[in-house]
Amino acid sequence: MNALDLLRFAWGALKGHRLRTALTLLGMAIGVGAVILLTALGEGARGYVTNEFMALGSNLLIVLPGKTETTGNAPILGGTTRPLTLEDCEAITRRVPRVRRLAPLSVGSARVGYRERRRQVTVLGSTPELLPVRHLQIGIGRFLPDVELDRGAPVAVIGRTVQSELFGSENPLGQPIRIGDWRFRVVGVMAAKGQSLGLNMDDVVIVPVSSALRLFNQPSLFRILIEVGAHSEIDAARREVMTVLKERHDGEEDVTVLTQDSVLGAFNRILGALTLALAGIAAISLSVAGIGIMNVMLVSVSERTPEVGLLKALGAPPRQILRVFLVEAVLLSAAGGLLGLLTGYVGSVILSQTFPALPAHPPTWAVISALAVSLAAGALFGVLPARRAARLDPVLALAGR
Amino acid sequence: MIELRGLSRHFQVGDQVVRALQDINLAIPDGDYLALMGPSGSGKSTLLHILGCLDRPTTGRYVLDGREVGSLPEDELAEVRSRKIGFVFQFFHLIPRLTAAENVELPMVLAGIPPAERRERVAKALRAVGLTDRAAHRPDQLSGGQRQRVAIARATVMGPSILLADEPTGNLDRASGHEIIELIERMNREGLTLVVVTHDPEIGGRARRILKLVDGRISSDGKAA
Repeated sequence: MNALDLLRFAWGALKGHRLRTALTLLGMAIGVGAVILLTALGEGARGYVTNEFMALGSNLLIVLPGKTETTGNAPILGGTTRPLTLEDCEAITRRVPRVRRLAPLSVGSARVGYRERRRQVTVLGSTPELLPVRHLQIGIGRFLPDVELDRGAPVAVIGRTVQSELFGSENPLGQPIRIGDWRFRVVGVMAAKGQSLGLNMDDVVIVPVSSALRLFNQPSLFRILIEVGAHSEIDAARREVMTVLKERHDGEEDVTVLTQDSVLGAFNRILGALTLALAGIAAISLSVAGIGIMNVMLVSVSERTPEVGLLKALGAPPRQILRVFLVEAVLLSAAGGLLGLLTGYVGSVILSQTFPALPAHPPTWAVISALAVSLAAGALFGVLPARRAARLDPVLALAGR
Repeated sequence: MIELRGLSRHFQVGDQVVRALQDINLAIPDGDYLALMGPSGSGKSTLLHILGCLDRPTTGRYVLDGREVGSLPEDELAEVRSRKIGFVFQFFHLIPRLTAAENVELPMVLAGIPPAERRERVAKALRAVGLTDRAAHRPDQLSGGQRQRVAIARATVMGPSILLADEPTGNLDRASGHEIIELIERMNREGLTLVVVTHDPEIGGRARRILKLVDGRISSDGKAA
C-alpha cells in the first residue's frame, strides 16, 4: 500500500464521521492554538518590557545606595550603608570622563497645593540632565534651571495630570505652588508621557535635587543615573564609577551599579520563565487533545471491527492495519494542529492589533514544538488503538466481535 | 491443489475444549467445485476459515500448492490470502464509504499494485460481473444481488486460484441468489477452485462434490444422488 493510497483511505474513513472528526480536530486545534497564543502573549510582554528599556537608551548606568549580591533584581538594602550624596555625583563627573551625562535622583511623596486644591504627588529631585537621560520632553515653559548642584531653587516643573488637577484650564506658568511647607514657582509643564518603568510621569512634580533633599530631609540620593558615550564603554564606565565611589566611601563597596543590560536581562529571564509557564499550561490542553484522539480512534476501531476483518481477509498483514489506523490518528492531529496554527496566528494578530504596544508574535520554537507535539500526540495516542486493530483475530473481526 | 492431512481445530472456551474439527483428511484438486454442508456447529465455517488461511489448524497439515501453510506466521499467511484466495461472504462485507469500483480496487491497493494497472483490472472485474454501469455507486445504492456481485469482483480481482464462498446466497432472494451461483459457477468453469459453504440442499446439489460435516468430522464425501 503506497503512501498516497494510505492517506486517501484514512481520509475517507475520517470523512465518514464528519462531526466526530470535526470535534476531535477542534480539541487539537484548541491545544495548539492555546500554545501559540499564550506564548505570543508571553513574548509580547517581553518585547514590551524590552522596548521600554530600549527607549531609555542602552548606555545607562544606575547607581543605588546599598550593596546587593544580585545582578539585577530589585535590590534589598542591607547593613549600614553610606549615603549617596551630591558630592559623589560631582566626583564621578570630574573623575570619570566616559560619563556623558549624569542625573542625580531623589524621590519623595508630598502634598502639593495650589490655592485651595491639594494633591498627593510623587516629587522628584534632579538636575536639567534628567531630561535627556530619561528621554523626557518638556511641554510648555522650561525645565529646571542649570544651577550649582548643591544650590536649590524654588522652582518646579509639573506633570500633565498635576497641571489639570491643580490648575484646570488656568495657565500654571509663573504660579506659586506649595510642596509640603515650601513654596515653589511653576516654570514648566512636562509633555504627556504616561507610565514609564512603573512611575506615572504625568503625575509628578520635579524640583532641583538639593531642594528635594532638604524638602524631605534625606541624607542620601535615591539613584544616580549615568549616561555614557557609547554602549561599548558601559562596562569600563561601571568599573570606574565603582572605583570612585569605593574610594569616597572609605574603601567599601556599599553601592550597587546596575547596567541597563543587567536589569533588562533580569526582566528577560522572568518573562521568559513566564512564557514557558504559559506554554506548559497550554501543553496540558495539547495532551488532553491527544487523549481525545486516542478515544476517537478506539471508538473507530471497535466500530470498524468487521472492516478490519475484511482487510485481513483481503490479505492485509498486521503492520498494514497498524499503519492504516496510525495514519488516521496522525492525520487527525496534523489537521487539528494546522487549524490551531491558523487560529493561534489569527488570535495573536488580533491581540497585537488591539494592543499595539504589545508585540505579540508567537515565537518560532513554540510554533514548531506545538506542531511537533500535536503530531507526536497523534502518533503516540494512535498506537494503542492501531495495535488493537492490528491484533484482532480475522475470523472474530469478520463476525463483528 | 489443497491437501489437508489429519487436521484438527480445537477452541478453548472457558475450561472446556471445543473440538470444532477432528482428523480431517481432504484433497481438493485445482478447478474442483465443492459444497461444504452440514448442520450449524458442524465445523463447516471453521474449515472454510482454515482453507482461507484466516485460521490455523491446532494439529495436522494444510498443504496449499505444495507448500505447508498451516503453520506460517501471520505476515506470510496474509500474503497467501492476498495472492491465492478470494472470499465471498454472506453479508457482502463491502466498505460503505467506498464506491463499487473502490471496493473492488481495495485488495490491489493493499497489495501495492500501481494505480494504472488497478484501474484496468477493476474495469475488467466489474465487466465480468456485469456491473460496469454501477462502478461509481456506493453499496447503499445497490441491490443485494449487485452488492454480492461487487464482492465477487473484489474476490477475484487479484486472480486467486481458490474462491471461498460462505453462504453467498444466504442474504439474497431466490432470483438473485441463482444469478450469483451461476456467476461463480462460470468462474469455476474457467478454472477457479470453488468451495461453497451452504445449508441449502438445492445449491449444494449443484456442486461437483459434496462434503458433509457432522460434529467436526467428515461424514460423507462424494457426489450427492
